[in-house]
Amino acid sequence: MKRFFGFVKKEFQHIFRDKRTLLILFGLPVVMIILFGFVVTTEIRDVEVGIWDRSMDQTSIRATQKIFSSGYFIPAGYIDHEAEIGELFRSGKAKVVVVFEEGFERNLLRENQAAIKIITDASDANAAQLTLTYLQGVLMNYFQSLNRDVELPWSIDIKSRMFYNEEMKGVYMFIPGLMAMILMLISALMTSVTIAREKEFGTMELLLASPLKPREIILGKVTPYVFLSFTNALTILLLGFLVFDVPMHGNIWLLMGECMLFITLALSLGVLISTIVKTQQMAMFMSLLALMLPTILLSGFIFPVDNMPKVLQWFSAIMPPRWFIVIVKNIMLKGSGFAFIWKETLILFGMTLFFILAAVKRFQIRLN
Amino acid sequence: MAEREHIIEVKDLVKKFGSFTANDRLTFHVERGEIFGFLGANGAGKTTAMRILCGLSYPTSGEIRVAGHDVYREREKIKKKIGYMSQKFSLYEDLTVSENIRLYAGIYGLGRKQIASREEQLLERLGLIHIRSRLIGQIPLGWKQKLAFSVAIFHQPAVVFLDEPTGGVDPITRRQFWEMIHDATEEGITVFVTTHYMDEAEYCDRVSIMVDGRIDALDTPAALKQQFDSKNMNEVFLKLARS
Repeated sequence: MKRFFGFVKKEFQHIFRDKRTLLILFGLPVVMIILFGFVVTTEIRDVEVGIWDRSMDQTSIRATQKIFSSGYFIPAGYIDHEAEIGELFRSGKAKVVVVFEEGFERNLLRENQAAIKIITDASDANAAQLTLTYLQGVLMNYFQSLNRDVELPWSIDIKSRMFYNEEMKGVYMFIPGLMAMILMLISALMTSVTIAREKEFGTMELLLASPLKPREIILGKVTPYVFLSFTNALTILLLGFLVFDVPMHGNIWLLMGECMLFITLALSLGVLISTIVKTQQMAMFMSLLALMLPTILLSGFIFPVDNMPKVLQWFSAIMPPRWFIVIVKNIMLKGSGFAFIWKETLILFGMTLFFILAAVKRFQIRLN
Repeated sequence: MAEREHIIEVKDLVKKFGSFTANDRLTFHVERGEIFGFLGANGAGKTTAMRILCGLSYPTSGEIRVAGHDVYREREKIKKKIGYMSQKFSLYEDLTVSENIRLYAGIYGLGRKQIASREEQLLERLGLIHIRSRLIGQIPLGWKQKLAFSVAIFHQPAVVFLDEPTGGVDPITRRQFWEMIHDATEEGITVFVTTHYMDEAEYCDRVSIMVDGRIDALDTPAALKQQFDSKNMNEVFLKLARS
């Protein structure tokens, strides 16, 4: 045991003496959160709207006022020509144009039906989709309020709410994804690199020829990163609470437990990678290619899994972060208990077991 | 020469990688306290055999005992009794001289007091007391090499395995290095060393020369020179390699 602790101590010394490692370990999570939280948002705010009002009656003018008083939109000016729509989009002055048809109010009163055309600049498809949803919401609200004064034989009252994220705040979505990404990066990448380093410098041979057992070597290399990863998970959560008011509806201990499971998974993946590669560079490359890109693209972190083509959805199912993100979202935002996430937990557990067994297997092949 | 205890006993060692035979029925022994030179060209199979003796890889077949223990079943016991210094320079560059010594001493299970007193002695003998808290990365290669050797025998192993220990070192340091190896044998440590510097073979008590996975010659340097009618070990080696 004393042997083992001496080895772990050395591992900590490696980490704390390398400024670059330290910077990645502690700077990265903070920078990422700030970046994703403030810069890359999926909320919409101050979207420029152009108005082409071909009717200019009371109802259309009121509707226009409603749009701009909603707080999401700002006026980009009136136009009166179809050609101007393209101009507005190209010059970037507006992201969306609302067109009221001729005789808007009259049609509404006489035929109970009037048309509004919403044209969005879909060169940024996600933003366009969001804008459209918001605009529809604002207009629906207004026309429903009109109906209240009028006696109708029937009325439909549609109310929509964005559950678990009422204000459509992007940060809520990013925190679980960011946790997955950063834990993956630190646990898997760092461990694979640090083990590859021992191989590259020839110190691994020395350790293997020493009375330290292979599993002690691996555990010793991994132990510091368990602590550091966990610290990072806490940092991310704390930043989420303090800076972005991310809610925590579920059990914090359950969340911590799931984090530990995911960290173990990432670490065993890191060890597996290190048994395949020979150099630090290879380890870095493998980790980035095999872990980071799929985590970002396929885990549902940025692009919703449901919108992916079927083949990619299957791929997504074998990405550990995907399940972790579901778990974290459930616990944090919905306050779900273990009964609702045991399936995902089981999947992560199975994957962890698989990676550990594969790593042990590879390690033995190397010795033979 | 009186028959001494065999610290390494190898009989019909075979190691195959797929269809390639790296070690072809090696049979030899190493006596306690001698310097045993394990010579051969690059790729002759020296390192493979040495890794098996150190418990870093399993043989395909053969009977091998190191320090009285079987390499198949008693690896853990063997590892406690041997020291190992690899081709690559293998101390940690970002740890200090003293930290490196203590790390390895700790791994070999030495007690705190024992470590402290031996460390003091060692640094004194090497004249490195003044740089004990300097990072390894900042000291000259020659010193590092000597230190690496000292660390490999710090726990006073029965055998120390040196895998091309003098690669890339200047002739003066190499000379000093071999003096250290001699000193180690005085303390009763057996030295098993691979090298491809033929002049270094002269320092060994006995040498074996490997060609294509087989041991083609094994004797004292003097006897080998006589047998192959050569002035020095270099000639012996060339004659063997060409035949």
